[in-house]
Amino acid sequence: MERKEVVISGIKRAVPFLLGYLPIGISYGLMAVKSGLSIMETVSMSIFVFAGSSQLISVNMFAAGAGVLSIVMMTFLVNLRHILMSSSLSLQFRKTPGKMIPFLGFLVTDESFAVSNAFFDQYRERDKGLFFLSLGLTAYLGWVLSSFTGSIIGALIPLGELPGLDFVLPAMFIILLVMQIGGKRELFVALLSAFLSLLFVYLLPDNWNIIIATVLAAAAGVFFEKADRI
Amino acid sequence: MHSEYIIFLLGAVLVTYLPRVIPLIVLSRMEIPDTVVSWLRYIPAAILAALLAPELFMKNGVLELSLKNINLLAAIPAFLVAVYKKNIFLTIITGVLSVAILQVLL
Repeated sequence: MERKEVVISGIKRAVPFLLGYLPIGISYGLMAVKSGLSIMETVSMSIFVFAGSSQLISVNMFAAGAGVLSIVMMTFLVNLRHILMSSSLSLQFRKTPGKMIPFLGFLVTDESFAVSNAFFDQYRERDKGLFFLSLGLTAYLGWVLSSFTGSIIGALIPLGELPGLDFVLPAMFIILLVMQIGGKRELFVALLSAFLSLLFVYLLPDNWNIIIATVLAAAAGVFFEKADRI
Repeated sequence: MHSEYIIFLLGAVLVTYLPRVIPLIVLSRMEIPDTVVSWLRYIPAAILAALLAPELFMKNGVLELSLKNINLLAAIPAFLVAVYKKNIFLTIITGVLSVAILQVLL
């Protein structure tokens, strides 16, 4: 695959989750303006922070009158899971030019992580970074534009109200999860992680359930792998 | 922009960017032990399942294992299409249409 084809394929593979970003970005823009942020403030958060779920939570906290420190703290906790995603992605970028890495890091989201993992196999080692860059940048532009749209004309188009649109991203995660499951061990890890996530949602605050469930379930996978070999 | 908002923005940029970039910079150039590599390889399946489970099994913050949980019902055809067709668009369309239909029916 030539470099140009790698870039184009990255853009194409971002399309499914752009459909999911659109309603979320627009509702974020709507909510932000409603909670008292200016259009500039609303869009600048999308440009600089680029983290959907924590942006929505921040806006809610602003509306509730929370202090800056507690909002930043919450943002940190909500995004802590990206440490795990970046650690796992690092396996794919061993042949990627070092100067590209800081940009790739900015583009790590649940969606770019999930989609790229489903397709890395199709790229040569040295093209994986470029693929992730074009996938991530497309998503980034889509996110910024949809929050801009939401903050300006969102009030006129009640897109978030269309039935089923909220399910775009969960449905996308379903197929990407299925694509990750290559054998009985991955299936076991996924089922365990889902169970632990539901269990810890009741025991732990914020998004810790996702982090702890992932860490434990992946470790259980390693354990079974080793036990199988003996 | 308010000065308070700029402080928030700076803080939010730091706490979202650093966790995303530091592991990439450090680990992509490091020799990683085999055990850790195989742990990292299970992360995608584990994290997707951990993110998805509350979305499907919970409604308004509580476990909801009944016919009232539209997301859970819609996930069944979506999973079937995902497993048998392995197609992203088809799965999304199935899921979204199922939710839309169930919202009308229930």
